[in-house]
Amino acid sequence: MSLQRYSALLGLCIVGSAVIIAILAPYITPQDPFLQNLDGRMLPPFWFDDSVPSHPLGTDQLGRDYLSRMIYGARISLLIGTLVVICSGLIGSTLGVLGGYFGGRIDTVVMFLITCRLAIPLILVALTVVAFVGSSLTVVILTLGLLLWERFAVVARTTTMQVRNLDYVAAADAAGASIRHILLREILPNIAHHLVVVATLEMALAILLEAALSFLGLGVPSPLPSWGLMISEAKDYMYFSPWVIMIPGVALFVLVLGINLLGDGLRDWLGARRDV
Amino acid sequence: MSDPLPGMPAEPAPLLEVGNLRVSFGARVDAVRAVSLTVQRGETHCLVGESGCGKSVTSLAVMGLLAKGAKRSADLLRFAGQDLLGLSERDLSRLRGDRMAMIFQEPMTSLNPAFTIGSQMAEVMQRHRGTPRAEAMERAGYLLSKVGISNPVLRLGQFPHQLSGGLRQRVMIAMALMCEPELLIADEPTTALDVTVQAQILRLLAGLQQELGLGILLITHDLGVVARMADRVSVMYAGEVVESAPAATLFAHPTHPYTRGLLACVPVPGRLARGARLGSIPGSVPRIGAGFAGCAFRDRCTYATESCHGTVAMQAGGDDHRYRCILPHDWSEACAA
Repeated sequence: MSLQRYSALLGLCIVGSAVIIAILAPYITPQDPFLQNLDGRMLPPFWFDDSVPSHPLGTDQLGRDYLSRMIYGARISLLIGTLVVICSGLIGSTLGVLGGYFGGRIDTVVMFLITCRLAIPLILVALTVVAFVGSSLTVVILTLGLLLWERFAVVARTTTMQVRNLDYVAAADAAGASIRHILLREILPNIAHHLVVVATLEMALAILLEAALSFLGLGVPSPLPSWGLMISEAKDYMYFSPWVIMIPGVALFVLVLGINLLGDGLRDWLGARRDV
Repeated sequence: MSDPLPGMPAEPAPLLEVGNLRVSFGARVDAVRAVSLTVQRGETHCLVGESGCGKSVTSLAVMGLLAKGAKRSADLLRFAGQDLLGLSERDLSRLRGDRMAMIFQEPMTSLNPAFTIGSQMAEVMQRHRGTPRAEAMERAGYLLSKVGISNPVLRLGQFPHQLSGGLRQRVMIAMALMCEPELLIADEPTTALDVTVQAQILRLLAGLQQELGLGILLITHDLGVVARMADRVSVMYAGEVVESAPAATLFAHPTHPYTRGLLACVPVPGRLARGARLGSIPGSVPRIGAGFAGCAFRDRCTYATESCHGTVAMQAGGDDHRYRCILPHDWSEACAA
């Protein structure tokens, strides 16, 4: 087994365990993540001598159990990552496939939309949206989902252009297939492996962006336990209790790394399978 | 079946009638100029010519599959008595794959890598006939065994990359036969295959034709294939049909200088003296743009005269034999005498 395989397997383990933890969150959290206990604020995690066994990762500035909040935070990160990728993937792939297949004027419009999208500053849009409708989980998902489609569109467009000219597309045409059939059965399945790789990259990006937006106060509103928000709330205490910022920071790093490793592995695996 | 048109003779209409077909790409290239041909039921009509003479474009134009930039016009384009020129894209795609099917040149890339052989074959029938999937699969399996594939049940569940080139071409033929087409257009179906497989595929096509009464329009540049398969031959040069005759007549009495040149290029054991040079045609096919008149072969032709620059009409050489040249039909015999 090569080193690449190991790293892909590591990615799979990280993402897999994050998904399992997120799904089982209500059953495995030791405490209620929203329960405040002002007598037990800023308790240290288990590797300190004065830690408390009932709070393995300590507590935050309001005395909420940090481990429980981390577990629920994984839920929010993955939920946002998945929904944003589905939303942006649908928009981007549709635009890209249409532009790549039909070419001409439709392609010009698609390219114009991609260029426009690339010129939109994401943080400013998030700021504006939050200013108008307030912040919520739905707003974060929709904002990111409606903005992160450009890579899907670019990749879908170029790969569609390659596949469109292959003989089996012409053969389907000669066998009386409709445009819908050609797009959904001939083109899409044969560019899907590229889109899967883009999806993992976009998912990692969405999770990091959510953390950044939450840190800036433009993302998930308190008291929801988002990792980005936890870092933001902990920044006042980082000089005296560095773990409050370290734990969600490391978790973000590990999850994003795992998704990227998994994406690399998928690319190699799907690529190799098709070259046979 | 469509009704016979008023004023049509009582004899059955030819399966495919093409009259004066023209295809141009922009103003500069006329890929096909004035091609006329007919394919009868149960007949193999071979379209021969060198690369770039417009054979493939002709076949694509008949199927209505030309790329967007191409412009097609014709006086007559009729399939089983039905006019194809006025047909909407929707009605045309109902015919394609159902009553007229096509086999492509490249078996390695003509199957969708994402689906199994069986699912791709069944789909054609599900689409055109609304046949239930299980029934369509059964027919797919039957046709696979028909085209000489052993263990069809195993092959149905396999993906294209698990099959060799010869097997894939057989699959393509079986797929084209799914809806029992009346016309099969085969665009160089054996070019990408090695010689033994080529012979098997040709034998297969000929057998299927006899059994099913198919009309085949076979496009090829290989005169060996023509000699083997053709009932009727049309020789194309620079977008025009320059000679058209029953296969036996064409091989016995080739009349157009280009046809004669082509035949002289084929090595036949015993025909040439030891050490003599095999024939070749000097020069290459000219690119024909708008405003070109006369015979396109004149620059490569040893018999060319001034009158080759004017319009050259089709001449009858007797016996259902037509050629586009100013020479009399018995000129070669006159030369020999």
